Amino acid sequence: MVLGLAAVAIGFMALPFAGLLGRTPWGNLANLLADPFVAEALRLSVLTSLAAMAMSLLLGVPLAWVLARVPFPGRAVVRGIILLPMVLPPVVGGAALLFALGRRGLVGQWLDERFGILLPFSTWGVIVAVTFIAMPFLVITVEAGLRSADLRFEEAAATLGASRLTVLRRVTLPMAWPSIAAGAVLSWARGLGEFGASITFAGNLKGRTQTMPLAVFQALESDRDAAVAISLVMVAVSLAVLVALRERWFRVA
Amino acid sequence: MICRGATSLAVVLAVGCGGGDSADGDPMLVLAAASLTDAFTDIGAAFEEANDGVTVEFSFGGSSSLATQIVEGAPAAVFASASSTQMTVVVDAGLAAEPVVFTNNLLEIAVPPGNPAGIATLEDFAREDLLLGLCAEEVPCGTFAREAFAAAGITPSVDTNEPDVRALLTKVETGELDGGIVYRSDVVASGDAVEGIVIPSERNVVARYPMAVLEEAPDPETAQAFVDFVLSRSGQETLDRYGFTAP
Repeated sequence: MVLGLAAVAIGFMALPFAGLLGRTPWGNLANLLADPFVAEALRLSVLTSLAAMAMSLLLGVPLAWVLARVPFPGRAVVRGIILLPMVLPPVVGGAALLFALGRRGLVGQWLDERFGILLPFSTWGVIVAVTFIAMPFLVITVEAGLRSADLRFEEAAATLGASRLTVLRRVTLPMAWPSIAAGAVLSWARGLGEFGASITFAGNLKGRTQTMPLAVFQALESDRDAAVAISLVMVAVSLAVLVALRERWFRVA
Repeated sequence: MICRGATSLAVVLAVGCGGGDSADGDPMLVLAAASLTDAFTDIGAAFEEANDGVTVEFSFGGSSSLATQIVEGAPAAVFASASSTQMTVVVDAGLAAEPVVFTNNLLEIAVPPGNPAGIATLEDFAREDLLLGLCAEEVPCGTFAREAFAAAGITPSVDTNEPDVRALLTKVETGELDGGIVYRSDVVASGDAVEGIVIPSERNVVARYPMAVLEEAPDPETAQAFVDFVLSRSGQETLDRYGFTAP
């Protein structure tokens, strides 16, 4: 029974990719992928998803630590706000970013007047949008990892005279490493496929803001073979990374 | 939920299950270009009023996605396209015959209220200091805009190629873009949210909108009646009110 249902689940998840493979123009694949617009989109996708992962690590790990270790009033509300982008349609996230960081947005107005920084329609805008959508995946994973860690190790280190920073650096972070790695991979994977927030906030321009998902979407309008070919590259890249990392890091987590 | 004639999951998700075997009580599904949203919603209501027991359901989207959906087997009765190219796709697939042009739409420059960047003509779209948007060239509003620029010998400095005209309009309305090329009907539909700057007719590109009854229409007679209704004086008046011009 359980095995049967699991088999159905595998079939359900794998079937669409079989459909994709069935529509792949194998004979023409090399030609389609040689199109410079594919290379441009791939470069932008790799760049923005990695940059967003770095931003998520920089900001998300400290946030996860605070959420896991520092009790403060309203913590549940803060966690709820942080996780909102996981639930909302990404297009809503993109529109919200526009209202906040756009040229006429709450903060964006000031950024523009004061520093001449315009996030929409720029590569930085893509990175901001992707980080907004992907960081919650890192935060929730790392927080869960920190919460499941045995506090006695940290307490022991502290009683033996280690400073708080040393405890964090030598005990907490090494123990949380598997969850940090898993969270980073998850947020990277989510960021690689990000479409709605990105196109809404940062627009769509080849070489500047057109990542792979946007390129696929645009190609679907004109040349389905090209769209399928690009999708195949995304599937291959993502699958390779997820398979390689999963065995090594998820097992420990 | 069983959807007859729908061959891909994407189609089912995109348009739902509109057509069944019989016409009785089943809504008639009309796939129409996104720019027709307001006008067709009104026309659909008037058509339902004039024809007892008939309900019309619309799925509005980019003409090219709609054409793809039809080719993939969407159970629709009528296709109203914003471009002849996308209608040809459907006709060539043997899924529609004898499309008729039922309305025209002209291009217009849309700018945020007050026109902060002072855009006046197509030439301003060559200015690199402005944030300017067009529709992607795969969708009709993008194709026509590029035709207009090519005819005028202008290379536009584009900052974004939006997936459809509504997305472009939203970015102009919010002032994120200084200007964009949309249809006149979109400027009318936006009310005070954007200002329109007329492109003189000798530099304008006329978008001709064809529509046709689809071969797979569950009830071809009602479908034809809807097409006739759009072509009737009442239908044309509604279209006119929303900024379209008679063919």
